[in-house]
Amino acid sequence: MIGVRDLVVSYGTATALDHVTLTVEAGEMVALLGPNGAGKSTLANTLAGLLTPASGTVEIGGRLALIPEGRQLFPDMSVADNLALGGWRSGERDPSYAYDLLPRLAELSRRRAGVLSGGEQQMVAFGRALMSRPAVLVVDELSLGLAPNVTADLAGHLAGLNRERGLTVLLIEQNARLAFDLCRRAYVLESGRVVTEGECAELAGDPRVAGAYLGGAIT
Amino acid sequence: MSAFLTYLLNGLAVGCAIALIAGGLVVIHRVTGVVNFAQGTFAVVAGLCVSSLLGLGLPHGVSEVAAVLVAALAGLLTGLAAVGRRGTTPLSSLIVTLGVGVLAYAVEIVLWGDQPRSAPGLAGAVTLAGARIQTQHLLVIGVTAAVFALLALFFGRTYLGKALTACASNPYAARVVGIDTRLMGLLAFALGGLLGGIAGVLVTPLRPISFDTDVTLIVNAFAAAVFGALTRPVVTLAGALLLGVAETMAAGYGYGSHQLEVALGLMIVVMIVQAGRRPAISQEQT
Repeated sequence: MIGVRDLVVSYGTATALDHVTLTVEAGEMVALLGPNGAGKSTLANTLAGLLTPASGTVEIGGRLALIPEGRQLFPDMSVADNLALGGWRSGERDPSYAYDLLPRLAELSRRRAGVLSGGEQQMVAFGRALMSRPAVLVVDELSLGLAPNVTADLAGHLAGLNRERGLTVLLIEQNARLAFDLCRRAYVLESGRVVTEGECAELAGDPRVAGAYLGGAIT
Repeated sequence: MSAFLTYLLNGLAVGCAIALIAGGLVVIHRVTGVVNFAQGTFAVVAGLCVSSLLGLGLPHGVSEVAAVLVAALAGLLTGLAAVGRRGTTPLSSLIVTLGVGVLAYAVEIVLWGDQPRSAPGLAGAVTLAGARIQTQHLLVIGVTAAVFALLALFFGRTYLGKALTACASNPYAARVVGIDTRLMGLLAFALGGLLGGIAGVLVTPLRPISFDTDVTLIVNAFAAAVFGALTRPVVTLAGALLLGVAETMAAGYGYGSHQLEVALGLMIVVMIVQAGRRPAISQEQT
């Protein structure tokens, strides 16, 4: 699970997260929506332990893995090496662990990560995160820059892992349709604050949310 | 013809010593993104140490290993100063390494004085196809070959070696997967110190070392490392051998006072060619 309470994170004098409180129960898949600059990636990096909070508490039940925004692979290394390094924390160095979960990766294993397509790179980033055998997965912008069919494929794998293995997922997205399809609950972050939260079905009916994130189509 | 062969073999030995120091530059740059201008210092420290230890009556082998370990420690300390604080930019770290080099002058002069020191190496010479080559030169070539083979295995085949490379390739991603980039940087500096130390121990019997010998060493090593774009050990080795041979030939055929200019000239040519071939600066920033 993820338990965030009154979290404040600052860059110098600028406050990126302002008293954020958020909970993801074990086995749950929750979405975090918000525009650019809302503090979504700051939250992701704080959950991953890469940023130190100014105040507040972060509680993670089990090992957390992050699929960072922009994939962030090791471009000059092979896919297999990228995956093996994903197992730094877990000690799982055999990439076949990831191949079992994401079979497409086995075909790419010897390719250099930097030359792959965006969708393939996201798949490698996904596999690399799974190599740490996480209990909690934070996905920062799964769909960014990817074709809809590629996104759907990745989302299918994500939903499968959540359903079948009980993987706890925080899905950070700008694509609200995708988030609402995959998750039951969502938080909306704007300017570092949680402005609204609730069941996706209700949020989709909220005129403000629909207007900002669904292009007003639902209202 | 035999003179040519002699120059060639001697040049290869000189190139090997350059390659070891350049190898240290490459290892440190690969992992931390920092150009370590204190790299020549590690060789000087090891050279001065080995001359003292042998002077104290310690046996060969023990003295050399101890001197190399002192150089590795010097590398680790330089690393602590240069990359020990999280968030130091590579450029700031570069300035720190320059500072460490200057500070090292003071320490070396206090400990060893300002006169050049030498140390006995392997005595004797062998004749290969009519060319005479000092046994110490052969030792330099053999040790360098072994060291580079081990380096290639370490970085290409071992998990730790790949983790070290990952830190340079994408420091943020390395932290995402849980690699302690600061620790890896320190390890790289210690490894750089070790390589510099091996070079110093091997070179001291061939040419006297004083506190400021590091300038000649670093200029040559930097030229070779730039040849390998500061990231590729094997190309760096090739560059260093080329440089060693070119300098020795220049000296052998009567242009002895222009050795350093050969290195500088080659470095400039290589930099111009590489700058035209790929965006070296933006490549480093990623």
